[in-house]
Amino acid sequence: MFDDSRPIFLQLADRIADDILRGVYPEGAQVPSTNELAAHLRINPATAGKALTTLVDREILVKRRGIGMFVAAGAGERLADERRQGFIEHFIRPLLGEARTLGLATSDLIRLIENEAREHRSREDGTRENEAKETAS
Amino acid sequence: MTAAIKARGLTRRYRGAPALDDVTLDIQDGIITGLLGRNGAGKTTFMSLATAQDRPSSGTISVHGHDPFERAATLEQLCFVRDNQRYPDDYKLKHAIRAASFSYPHWSQDTADRLIEQFRIPAKPVVKKFSRGQLSALGIVLGLASRSPITFFDEPYLGLDATARHIFYDELLRDYAEHPRTIILSTHLIDEMDRLLERVVILDRGRVVRHADVEELRGGSFQVAGRSSAVDEFVRDRPTLSRRIVGGLGTAVVDSTLGDEDRAAAASLSLDISPVSLQDLVAAYGLGDTADADPAQHAQHERSAA
Repeated sequence: MFDDSRPIFLQLADRIADDILRGVYPEGAQVPSTNELAAHLRINPATAGKALTTLVDREILVKRRGIGMFVAAGAGERLADERRQGFIEHFIRPLLGEARTLGLATSDLIRLIENEAREHRSREDGTRENEAKETAS
Repeated sequence: MTAAIKARGLTRRYRGAPALDDVTLDIQDGIITGLLGRNGAGKTTFMSLATAQDRPSSGTISVHGHDPFERAATLEQLCFVRDNQRYPDDYKLKHAIRAASFSYPHWSQDTADRLIEQFRIPAKPVVKKFSRGQLSALGIVLGLASRSPITFFDEPYLGLDATARHIFYDELLRDYAEHPRTIILSTHLIDEMDRLLERVVILDRGRVVRHADVEELRGGSFQVAGRSSAVDEFVRDRPTLSRRIVGGLGTAVVDSTLGDEDRAAAASLSLDISPVSLQDLVAAYGLGDTADADPAQHAQHERSAA
């Protein structure tokens, strides 16, 4: 659930942010409280509180005194922006590094990505057709 | 930060050998602190001194500003759950509970009743006949139901099965959230319990080797593994907590956050990098440099000795 590479409050903040991006908590929705998170995840309440405070500082959550924490307006869009910026750093650069280790030229890499994308699409279409069949029957 | 407990130059010797050696330490008020370290590191000695069950050889310890030895009012605020707590021979569960309810001014009978039920502690046998797990469960009941402003748990999980340990963790967090107070617990089950803590004190051979927020330590160090010569080269100009060489292979725990430069250096030496858990970190402090534990070298020493 959590790993040892970095503080738990950062990992938890990322998880809540993920849930906001995936629509688990839509804009304006209330997120779990410090004590709910602490009890549910069996973590120190200070750690849970710090995760929420981090998200308030990033204007992803807003605090309503005495009521709780809520997803801020425009939070989803801001998170998607952050993710797009992180995409190059976390995915493209390591990909290029590994390609160089394997002696793959950039053109090879692009061809591999295009092939993979085609297969990915056809797999998804297949799943959708199957689902459609199941619904029909 | 307010300190619940202040130790200044605290030393306790047993027959000349220091169990605690010149410890200066503030335990923060109102949070959960973990005391970590190998057996004999001084964890139990520290708890015994803070609760006036033992006296320092030199140095001082104060609890909420007072010497615990000299004030009954201070002692009343403390609860120490020992791993080897003894009870009078004829005590059954109800006697232990009744005695505790008289001793602790903040006692919560509801908490005690709920926990006895959850841990399924038997009412009939005398406590003396309890299993290790039942004794631990009883200690946890007394510790949590005491609601003492400062509560010490010394390895409270001994003999408890996984279900019972989870009950303890859940009830500890629940009661702490509802009634914040100072909790100090010693544990060897670090992988299981580190998330319950806010701060940790790592002791080794009677000294404090680290005192920090647990979250600060997570990701605050990293481990490299690979050929021993490469490990040696990597750690030469880096702060190293432990180094373990076995034959041609080695690992080392480096006491700094992992940077891009470290990554590049490790890659060029073909070293693997992995994160360090709090358990690994405590083990590293207790291990130090064991390059001499190389079995091949030992064999050589023995041969040359013969």
